Amino acid sequence: MTALHLEPLERPARVSEALVFWALLRRDLRVARRELPAVLVRVALQPILFVTVFGALLPRMGFVQRSYGAALLPGILAISLAMSSIQSVALPMVADFGWTREIEDRLLAPVPISLVALEKVIFGVVQGTIAALFVLPIARLIMGPIAGLTVAHAGEVLTVTILGAASFSLLGLLIGTAISPQQIGLMFSVIIAPMIFFGCAYYPWKGLAVAPALQYAVLVNPLVYVSEGMRGALTPALPHMGLPVVMLALAVICALCWYFGFRAFVRRAMS
Amino acid sequence: MTPVPAIRTAALRKVYPAPKARRPSYSSAFPISGGAVWTGAAPGAGGRGPNGEIVALEGLDLEIRAGEFFGLLGPNGAGKTTTISILTTRGEPTSGQAVVAGADVVRESAAVRQRIGVVPQRPNPDRSLTAWENLVFHASYFGITHAAAAARADRLLAAFGLADRGGSKVGELSGGQQQRLMIARALMHDPEVLFLDEPTVGLDPQTRLALWDVLRDLHARGHTIVLTTHYMEEADRLCERIAILDRGRLLALDTPAGLKARAPGGTLVEITLDADAGVASAGAAAVPGVLRAEAQRQLLRVYAERPGEVIAGLVRECERAGRAVLNIHLAPPSLETLFISLTGRSLE
Repeated sequence: MTALHLEPLERPARVSEALVFWALLRRDLRVARRELPAVLVRVALQPILFVTVFGALLPRMGFVQRSYGAALLPGILAISLAMSSIQSVALPMVADFGWTREIEDRLLAPVPISLVALEKVIFGVVQGTIAALFVLPIARLIMGPIAGLTVAHAGEVLTVTILGAASFSLLGLLIGTAISPQQIGLMFSVIIAPMIFFGCAYYPWKGLAVAPALQYAVLVNPLVYVSEGMRGALTPALPHMGLPVVMLALAVICALCWYFGFRAFVRRAMS
Repeated sequence: MTPVPAIRTAALRKVYPAPKARRPSYSSAFPISGGAVWTGAAPGAGGRGPNGEIVALEGLDLEIRAGEFFGLLGPNGAGKTTTISILTTRGEPTSGQAVVAGADVVRESAAVRQRIGVVPQRPNPDRSLTAWENLVFHASYFGITHAAAAARADRLLAAFGLADRGGSKVGELSGGQQQRLMIARALMHDPEVLFLDEPTVGLDPQTRLALWDVLRDLHARGHTIVLTTHYMEEADRLCERIAILDRGRLLALDTPAGLKARAPGGTLVEITLDADAGVASAGAAAVPGVLRAEAQRQLLRVYAERPGEVIAGLVRECERAGRAVLNIHLAPPSLETLFISLTGRSLE
């Protein structure tokens, strides 16, 4: 080590919160860009395998009607964006609070602690949105022409995507502050798996009329609204929930997860 | 003119709730750096409240002058890390008040954070970034422009012997290099007050000495430095004043010289016996040349001006009391002997 030669630094008298927020976001974007291939594989591989088997192979074998693809595609997008958002927020947070404490340098930034949480959530929204937009063309390519698929309602697709990504990022915040590293495996089997299978991703909600009790029980599942919203925007000819209902439900989910998630984050962040 | 204190605490108290039987293991299994709660809650550490809650800090009053090199000394569980976590706004006090660099740690925590730098007990660099990016991004969280941050990062890396490691992922750095990077990071935003929580634990002696030089240098430049340690030598060599903490209470606060002057006279002779030492203490106190003798379980502590002349007599007294001597340890007057006389326990 050599002697220190440091000049006093020109420091802003009061740090702009917007500037710090942008710095936090830039950090996450830098890391994500570096890990982009791995991120894209994680985001896209499972949906691609799924549409290959259920959207392309099974219909050709004649086990599944060709029209199933139209019901499946919006659901696959919903799962992609949900998983991407929830994981991008929850997984690093579980590690940070449970063991690495790497987030500590950001918690020492001269801004309210909740701004650090807000940045994580916004970053989750960005990741979820990118995931959905990345999987859509690939799925369409694998499945071939899909009856009734339209991009005429691009604005609605984007609204559902962003609102859905926000719901799952905030849910990720709640989960990320609530579970310990040892419970991550359990989280996937106990929370994520049922959420996906009962999330109306593989079938329209209306179809659940075959099991009325289940049809109402799944309404607590946020994925239901994203899947149905995607259906309403991308394949409106299929049965789907009304978009106003979807938006309202997602807004309520956002508000609840926001309230409890931010409280939990601040509590976990403080010792 | 009275100089404005860099840090002032009044009746600072921190109580952690009683540990539940089924507490998630992550909080107890790993001492967490920065906000290290559970080192203060190690079994037997801190005080216990009536309902089993853990009193980590019991009414701490401190005043640290601007530009001072201040040491918090105490064994594990003394409340050092709890104090640091409150002063760095990472932990909320249960009651009491603390002002750091002119701002209240609870009400104006963001303002405090802008003026302090923190080096955690365990290096917690951002492992997704390179060493250089760690410094530059840290500065950006403080609103420092990229150009200024980049220049400063280069200088700090060079100063800490990491110039050729700037592009390395931090996972590729050794433990000592990571610890140096943590100090460089804490200096990126030119803090008024620098907190270091046991910064030299786990460092090799050479790196430790190099680190001491850096800290002395920073102190010479007018930074206020607060250092926690359980190494007597470290506190003695570096700090202008030392607070000795034990079980959440301030036991003594003075310059190293002042503290040593308060150590009981004479050399401490610690005699380990094969059974309870109580039966031998009266006889030991009567040995000519012995200033004081006290027993604690199997340990007989005797203070004497000329230890060489009393040891034979002490061994005889122990044997007369039916005890065999297992070990004899001599310690000249020091912070260590002061600490033992204050707490009845050894530091390490």
